[in-house]
Amino acid sequence: MDPILTKYVRQPNSHTLDFYRQHEGYDALKKALGQTPDSLIDLVKASGLRGRGGAGFPTGMKWQFVDKKIEPRYIACNADESEPGTFKDHLLMERNPHLLIEGCAIGCYAIGAKVAYIYIRGEFYHVQRVLEQAIADAYAAGFLGKNILGSGFDCDVYVHRGAGAYEAGEETALLESLEGKRAQPRNKPPFPAVVGLYNKPTAVNNVETLCNIPLIVARGAEFFAALGPEKNGGPKLYCVSGHVKRPGVYEASMSITLRELIDGHAGGVRDGRTLKAVIPGGSSVPILLPDQLDTQASFDAIQKAGSLLGSAAIVVLDDTTCMVWLAENLLHFYRHESCGKCTPCREGTDWLHKILQKIERGEGQLRDLDLLSSISANIGGKTLCAFGDAAVTPVVTTLKHFRHEYEAHIKTGHCPLVADWRARHPVGAH
Amino acid sequence: MSFHPKMAYDATFHKSARLLEDEGPPFVYSAENRARFDEIIKRYPPDRKRSAVLPALYLVQQQQGYITANGIRHVAELLEITRADVEDVVTYYSMFYRKPVGKFVLSVCRTLSCAVNGAERVTEALCERLNIKPGQTDPSGTFTLQEVECLGACDRAPVVMVNDAWQENQSPESVGKLLDDLKTRGESALTGCHHVVERKS
Repeated sequence: MDPILTKYVRQPNSHTLDFYRQHEGYDALKKALGQTPDSLIDLVKASGLRGRGGAGFPTGMKWQFVDKKIEPRYIACNADESEPGTFKDHLLMERNPHLLIEGCAIGCYAIGAKVAYIYIRGEFYHVQRVLEQAIADAYAAGFLGKNILGSGFDCDVYVHRGAGAYEAGEETALLESLEGKRAQPRNKPPFPAVVGLYNKPTAVNNVETLCNIPLIVARGAEFFAALGPEKNGGPKLYCVSGHVKRPGVYEASMSITLRELIDGHAGGVRDGRTLKAVIPGGSSVPILLPDQLDTQASFDAIQKAGSLLGSAAIVVLDDTTCMVWLAENLLHFYRHESCGKCTPCREGTDWLHKILQKIERGEGQLRDLDLLSSISANIGGKTLCAFGDAAVTPVVTTLKHFRHEYEAHIKTGHCPLVADWRARHPVGAH
Repeated sequence: MSFHPKMAYDATFHKSARLLEDEGPPFVYSAENRARFDEIIKRYPPDRKRSAVLPALYLVQQQQGYITANGIRHVAELLEITRADVEDVVTYYSMFYRKPVGKFVLSVCRTLSCAVNGAERVTEALCERLNIKPGQTDPSGTFTLQEVECLGACDRAPVVMVNDAWQENQSPESVGKLLDDLKTRGESALTGCHHVVERKS
């Protein structure tokens, strides 16, 4: 499949309004404003578009759930992109910002919202500036603001900058942060579609999800669905990183396999190394092994293989990677990013990290492995949001597939795999 | 009778970890920042001013370099919320500094994709060159070094964020040169992320 969303991203002026309009930009908005909002929701439902943020929930259903009896309603665009290994929304917003703006405007029209907030992570300041310029240009050209294209529809789009919190990528935590509080999740239900931003109905959609909306409106639901396997339609952006020759964002149909992405697009692992494991959907999902590479990179096929497509962040690890170190590295992340609201996650991630550090140092005991499993079992499923399940995944999945590496650390009293990319002495204030 | 062990509840017993806030010099927004604040506040419903707390704090940090108790008080008064509400936010988010930082804050990404491409070695080289540990500022007040979690630049690993600008594909050798360039040329030594580079060229 030829790239659609990222077709022009290597062109020098792809982020400008003039370039976007020369390539059918904002035609979909014009077309959408000529239809009824309900027919747009039906169109998105028919396309089968599934949320690109991680959960893969059907976008049309999410929009239908938005309570149309309550005013005002909002769209909160999730541009927090904080899942380790994910960098696709960055590319879209930096090189094709008007696509997102058009998606936001069509989304607002469909659910009857007048304001969309784009919640962008604080570390994307350079992206924010591009996006704000694009929004200003869109206002000046009449694609945002009052009475858009003479249709009587008003829509404002604002960028809201976060300040460094992984948890702000969770939809209810994002809303809390947008309300000026700590990014901590809310209890669900009620879901944001009913009680969202400022307690009003809100659709929280990922950047890539909204970027697919103009395509669906322009080319139709059948065209979109036919781009991929059943229930996994449309173009998909894959982020391939780690031990590969050509890391980057690759757009493909979801009928592509992990092998085609890793060995084909990303050039495979470096010469003289062999593939050890693949994380197919960001740090929060179980690892897949080399013999599972022929799995189709779709939501359903990866789930069937025992993992999740998540945010399509494919992290490739070669034979120099110690799996105990990997768990320790990721638990450092989760311990730091746990928002502190639920006790099992707040306390448990700290304990998991401490035990993993101890094993990695070579001071572990065999009973620590049971302790790791036990702590993990007491975090997973016992927290308000999916963070708890995500945080224990690196531990559970490495223990399942690489228990022998843990045992080797404990028996030999040191890490048997010290790679050349590691520091000679421990760095950092742990 | 009590089974509780005898404890000396004297003057030395109380051990709160909470440090008194740095009051800092008196703080009000500059005229320019006040104008920007007034512009930002319009984005949110009039009865939801609190939403502007993050942008308001960024303005404080930009003006003063870090966030003091007086900065927090000013934001609280403008947004009509309590100082505790603002402090709650300041202490939660990792991009707000509560003590002075160097002219250049070097944030090395330490999470998986950067780590497997040598981020630890980059941090090690920076520590050796600056003779400081992560979390510290060098004696001249030019550089603050910190390790941060995933910056979302995994395809250009390892990445170092210098203030707000990404420096991609770093190595122990390249960061040494980066330090020299920052000392001699200041901010003009920063390239930014590859998208920014491509846009400029």
